[in-house]
Amino acid sequence: MAVLELENVHAYYGMIHALKGVSLAVGEGEIVTLIGSNGAGKSTTLKAISGLVRPRDGRISLEGRPIGGLKAHEIAEKRVAHCPEGRKIFPRLSVRENLEMGAFVCRSTAEVKQSLEKVTELFPRLRERLGQKGGTLSGGEQQMLAIARALMMQPRILLLDEPSMGLAPVLVEQIFQIIQNLNRAGTTILLVEQNALQALQVAHRGYVIQTGNIVLADKAAHLRQNEMVRRVYLGES
Amino acid sequence: MREIAQMFPQVVVDGLTLGFVYALVALGYTMIYGVLEFINFAHSEVFMFGAFAGTEVLLALKASGLMATFTPVGSLFVSLLAGTVLTGLLGVVMEKIAYRPLRSAPRLVPLISAIGVSFFLQDAVRLVEGLWHNAFYVSAPTLFAGGWSPSPTVRIPTKSMILILVCLGIMLGLSLFVGRTKLGKALRAVAQDQATSSLMGINVDRIISLTFLIGAGLGGAAGTLFSLQYTLIHPYVGFILGIKAFTAAVFGGIGSIPGAMVGGVLLGVFEAFASAFLGPLTHGAFGAEYKDVFAFIILILVLIFKPSGLLGQSATEKA
Repeated sequence: MAVLELENVHAYYGMIHALKGVSLAVGEGEIVTLIGSNGAGKSTTLKAISGLVRPRDGRISLEGRPIGGLKAHEIAEKRVAHCPEGRKIFPRLSVRENLEMGAFVCRSTAEVKQSLEKVTELFPRLRERLGQKGGTLSGGEQQMLAIARALMMQPRILLLDEPSMGLAPVLVEQIFQIIQNLNRAGTTILLVEQNALQALQVAHRGYVIQTGNIVLADKAAHLRQNEMVRRVYLGES
Repeated sequence: MREIAQMFPQVVVDGLTLGFVYALVALGYTMIYGVLEFINFAHSEVFMFGAFAGTEVLLALKASGLMATFTPVGSLFVSLLAGTVLTGLLGVVMEKIAYRPLRSAPRLVPLISAIGVSFFLQDAVRLVEGLWHNAFYVSAPTLFAGGWSPSPTVRIPTKSMILILVCLGIMLGLSLFVGRTKLGKALRAVAQDQATSSLMGINVDRIISLTFLIGAGLGGAAGTLFSLQYTLIHPYVGFILGIKAFTAAVFGGIGSIPGAMVGGVLLGVFEAFASAFLGPLTHGAFGAEYKDVFAFIILILVLIFKPSGLLGQSATEKA
């Protein structure tokens, strides 16, 4: 059974029909990427899953149970971690407090401590800065904090929205390396990216979204070879 | 000059007493602003409601003879608890009815709603008190008479000492709650980014209710303490005091909890100084009635040179 499944999901921003029947599935242990240009509906898809946008029609299910229409905090309780676009760390909370908020749904303090231990091992830079305010971190560090914060709840699935945005090329490499490592350690990931080249390199499967419709779905390796994908998203002639 | 030097310690005592009341009320403005970026203009009436709630409980204790068994400290505790909890609950209800439905409305709309809540509370209290006591001016019973005079020119009333101690205790408790507890951190997270907080599993509506519970509760505690200190209360007692406390919150940096504490205490002291010394210093050209002007001049100066207030964070922040 798929960890996450969307069937024919529609969503609106006011009058704008942003998702026009999106269907996709993410299996256990997979990295699935959703690629597309600006305004295609990538972020909206993630927001519909995590409850920030209420889907008007269609089915969203987590491990077979419907989660569509629940509030964002109720979906987070089910351990769906959404690492939003633009990082959105809490600038006036310390790094440690940011991470603690990521584990808000965890009831036991022992569990929180364990998660904190685990993610600071993954991101040693954060360990050195636990007492610092989130807003004082550099862009790359903030992105790491955002991912680390999402991992704190030990998610069933990690939704990553443009983790490479605004980062220097070296850091982009590093972030994708981290994503791959997380996945190897067992995290199921749905990755939204404009950087299609990198995304298709780490993902197992991919979907291409255009103006609210999924237009292509295939193995990542096949998408890399696809004529249209190469022309439009990989910038090859 | 000798006159001023002699009066000085007493003025400090009076200023601190008033300042701590301002500070407690300012905390309510600043907490709600911090989370919703909304000035709850009904907070002055929340304070007034607290004054009546605490006083009525005290009067009931007195009438039933329980005050004797409770001792003054016990009576203070009971009335303070009742004033705080009842007013806190009023805050929660107020948010649910008057503000929550307007959360996505333009900014001015909840402000107007707050003004409506203000009038409603003034008149509701006036009506109830009028029907009940046949008068809407109420005198709180005296709990702590006496005082302490370390020198012939200074007298520190016991009730002032108690007021200051209670305020310090409440502030310490609030700081620990907001700084150290999981809910307190969630409150700060919601103040920074509601959508992202909800992605963490934080129930934003519940945190907003909690903020109103605490903010209004602090106003209620301040009201109860105020009536014990200054005895006479009426349904309009919150108006000027509320504006002053709002000033104190802006002065300290709106949204900042330590700012509200510092701003409140400083404003109280400035005001006491102005009220006592403006006359002697200007040879009677300006009297004590200019104390409010003086307080607001200081506010304006601070805002010109440091618009974010004494302890407020600057508006620019690394994204």
